Parts: sequence; structure tokens; C-alpha cells
Amino acid sequence: MLELRGVTKRFGGVVATDNVALEVAQGEVHALIGPNGAGKTTLIGQISGSLQTDVGTVRFLEKDVTALRQHERVRLGLARSYQITSIFRRFTVLDNLALAVQARSGSSFSFWRPVAAEAALFDEARAISGEIGLAGRLGVTAGNLAHGEQRALEVGLALATRPRFVLLDEPMAGMGPEESQRMIALIGRIRASVTVLLVEHDMDAVFRLADRITVLVSGRVIASGRPAEIRADKDVRRAYLGDELAA
Amino acid sequence: MRKALCITLVLIAFPVAMQWLGYLFYVSFASRVMIYAIAATSLNLVLGYGGMLSFGHAAFVGAGAYVASILVAEGVASAWIGWPAAVAASALLAWVIGAISLRTRGVYFIMITLAVAQMMFYLVNSMKAYGGDEGLTLPRRAELGLGLDLGDEVVFYYVVLFVLLAALYALHRVVHSRFGRVMIAIRENGARVEALGLPVYRYQLLCFVIAGAAGGLAGALLASHGKYVNPNVLHWLQSGTLMIMVILGGVGHLWGGAIGAAVLLGLEHVIADYPLPWLAQVAPNYQQHASLGVGIVLLVIVLFAPQGIAGLISRRKNA
Repeated sequence: MLELRGVTKRFGGVVATDNVALEVAQGEVHALIGPNGAGKTTLIGQISGSLQTDVGTVRFLEKDVTALRQHERVRLGLARSYQITSIFRRFTVLDNLALAVQARSGSSFSFWRPVAAEAALFDEARAISGEIGLAGRLGVTAGNLAHGEQRALEVGLALATRPRFVLLDEPMAGMGPEESQRMIALIGRIRASVTVLLVEHDMDAVFRLADRITVLVSGRVIASGRPAEIRADKDVRRAYLGDELAA
Repeated sequence: MRKALCITLVLIAFPVAMQWLGYLFYVSFASRVMIYAIAATSLNLVLGYGGMLSFGHAAFVGAGAYVASILVAEGVASAWIGWPAAVAASALLAWVIGAISLRTRGVYFIMITLAVAQMMFYLVNSMKAYGGDEGLTLPRRAELGLGLDLGDEVVFYYVVLFVLLAALYALHRVVHSRFGRVMIAIRENGARVEALGLPVYRYQLLCFVIAGAAGGLAGALLASHGKYVNPNVLHWLQSGTLMIMVILGGVGHLWGGAIGAAVLLGLEHVIADYPLPWLAQVAPNYQQHASLGVGIVLLVIVLFAPQGIAGLISRRKNA
């Protein structure tokens, strides 16, 4: 479904991603792991289109999307969520989700009709709020939500675009154990309809959810395979997993 | 809604009362205030709802003023031709300026809009055929037909009032439409809007063009009102004045531009025309420095009411 070949990104003299090859098949949860600064978020940016790719190609649904802009890729069904929460803080939860629904349903170049009259947008936004566990918080201004709730809304915004493929950049960042469990359950539910590329430091979550795992170190893929293979990989243990598994 | 109705009724009754009291000057003054209100409201769409710090809005007001004036000077007196032409010219100009400047962000955006507007200023300054730096005096105001004589201050007032109310109603509708929601969302978090699949650049450009077009209409009215136009209408100080109006009145408030125009022009008028003997004793010539008084008021507003006067009013209502 998603195929990267030779994807590279340089910032000045720093090589953030280096000749990355990656394939994600339809229906799988594919985890992308690696130490801080490995280039995971840069790679997410290159896949989503918010960052230009210097060298290499990004193919999505058998189509070369390397030159497409981010909003065009979203239209094809390629959505992302952010590691650093990026929601509309002064909008209510309902308005956040309704905007995301609006973005993919019909044209937004409509200047006269009040949005408030479009019941369908808000019905769907309510439905999504249920999926992400915020059904009881619809009227709350997003900036006033608890951290875990904001993280849920962060993922909810991506899901509200009804993507076929979603890039989740550390959805569990800063979450308590209970909130993490809820997020794991949410990803477990959406995997039936959405292919997921998951960047995550929570190894418990990664090994519970992932069908396949790719390990990125210093911008390069050092291993890719099934969870059991990754767990057993000597290079991976040395570069990244060792300390975590030992703990 | 009731508030809007009350204000509308007061504005409708205003010329009648002034005629009765014999203060016809204030009818003309109010027309000028309302024209600036239209211009400031159009800037508020860009600044307050679109979150774009455009420092060149005078270019659109000025382009409208000049296109309408040149047409009158060339004998095309009909407002039905002159005003739409002014709107079209300003929209086109906004499209060109927007297409360039919206590729940049922050300080660069401010500087580019400012620079392009100043280029327009110098261009008009060098148009010797249309008065150059001395400006262009018109033989008469534009002609509306329909038995309405725009040369009459009261008729002109009602036409301007109609345009202002139409502009405010249009802004109200746009802000609550799908397009308006997207614009406000871009102001709040543009990167996320792009990530939701909406082409931010296209939305901002369209918003910029709509505001430019409305600014052009204000310019056409302004030229007709004074039967005179000079390059200062495009000067960056004019852009600054419009920006001050929006900040005074309330950035992102429906009535912000209108309130700001009324307060700023009213304040200037009061300082210039109603001398305060006690202040003149302390500071002779203070009336020549009206902008100092305006500056102090602006400072107070920015420090203590960052939402502007409209924000102050709506906060008291909610409290």
C-alpha cells in the first residue's frame, strides 16, 4: 500500500533520513521504532508530504506521490497525527472534529450557508468522538482538555478524515498507563479498516500491536521484520532494544 | 441581532436628526467614517479572521479610489461602471499581491505586502496624466441614476450606509460558513488544516482577494465622497491607520472595523476641532499632534483590552 524507495532528507549537513526503503502492506500495523533523533518524525513528514523529499520516491496506492503536496495526499487517504499535539485549541472538541469531517466531505469553498446548519457534519463528528472516548467532552474547549484527552483528539482529527492509511507519530507520548491502554485499544479497533504506520517508544504497545516492525537508527533502516525476528536481531539489540528489554 | 437592529435604526435616523439640528457637516463626516468602516472591516477579514498580517491594505483602497476617479475624470460617470471596475481592479491586484506574498510567512509577509503597496504609491505618484503627486480633483461624484443624486450629502450617506450594512452582513455570513470555519482554523493552526487535506494557500489567497475587492469598493466611495483623490490614499501610513482601526475596534470581531473607524476618526476630529483651554495652557499646539492622543488611546487598548473595544463590550455582556 505504501512503498518508500531510497528516501533521503538532508538539513544542511545533517542527513536525517538516509536511503530509506520501507513497505507497508494493506491492513497491517507497521511499527517504526528507533532511538531519539533517528529520523522517525522526519520520515513521517516525508511520507505525509509536509516535508519535501530530496532523493527517492514515495508510492501510495501504486501511485508516485513524491511530488504531491500534503493536502493532496490526504485526499488520497493518507492522514497523520502529530507527536507534539497539534489541535485547534480554541475550538471545542465537537468543532475540531466537525472541521476534519468538513475537510473531506464536499467543498469548503462555500461562503454563505452557515456550517451550524449542516447536521451531517456534526453527527459524524459525534460518532468519531465516541470512537476516541471523548463523547462526553464535546462542548469542552480543546485547550482545556486533560493531556490524555488532547492526545486522543489528536488521533481523532486524523481519523475524522476517514483515511485508508494513517501515520501515528507517538500517539502515547506523555500518557499514563491507563490512557496508554485506551490508545492501544483504539488502534486495535481501527486496524480493521485503516492501515497504520505507528511510531512509538512504548515497546509494550509496539509488540502488542505491530504485525511488522522497522528499526531506524541514524536515518537508516537497520532491520525490518516480524516482531519475533526484531526481538532476536543482534544489531537491533545493540543499537536500541537492548537496554529496554533488559529493563 | 437586536444590537445590530438598534445600531441600524440609529444610523438611519442620524441624517434626519442632523438636518433638523442644522449640523449637515456631520452627515458628510459620518459618511466618511462609514467608508473607513468598510475599509477597516475588509482588512479585519484578512487580519482578524484570516490571521494574515497584511500591511498593504491601502493599496487596494487606493487602487479602487484611483480606478473609480480616473473613470469619472474620463467622462464615465456611472457608478454602475466605476464601482464594479474599482472592485475588479482591486481584486485583481489583491490576487497578484496575495499570490506572491502568501508564499511567505511572518515578518516576510508583512514586509512584502508593505513593499508592494509602496510600489503602488510611487507608481500613482508618477502618473502625471492623473495629477501625479498633486492628486486628481473630480468635477462631481459618480452618478447612480435611479433618481438618486449622490451629490446630495444625505443621499450619499444612505448609499454608504447600505454598502456598510451589506458588507457587515456578508462578513457575518462568511465567518459562519464552511469557508469561514476553515479561515479561522488556519489562523489557529495552519499546518494542521493542511494535514486535514485542505489547501491552505488557496483559502488564504481567496480570503485576501475578497478583502481586497471590498477595500476597492471603499476606495471608490472615498474618492466620490471627497471628489478628490491623491497618492496618500495608497501610502503605508494609510495601511497603518486601517490596521489601528481594526486593533482599536477588535481584531476578529464582526463590528471591530466599524467601531475602530468611528473611534479613531471621531477622536481625531474632537482633538482637532474642540480645543481644551486647560490642555492648551500646558501643551500649546497640542492639536497639531492629534496622533499623539490617538497613540495613547491605542496603547491603553492594546495593554488593557487586547480584544479591542468590541471585545470589551462583549465581555461585559457575558459577565
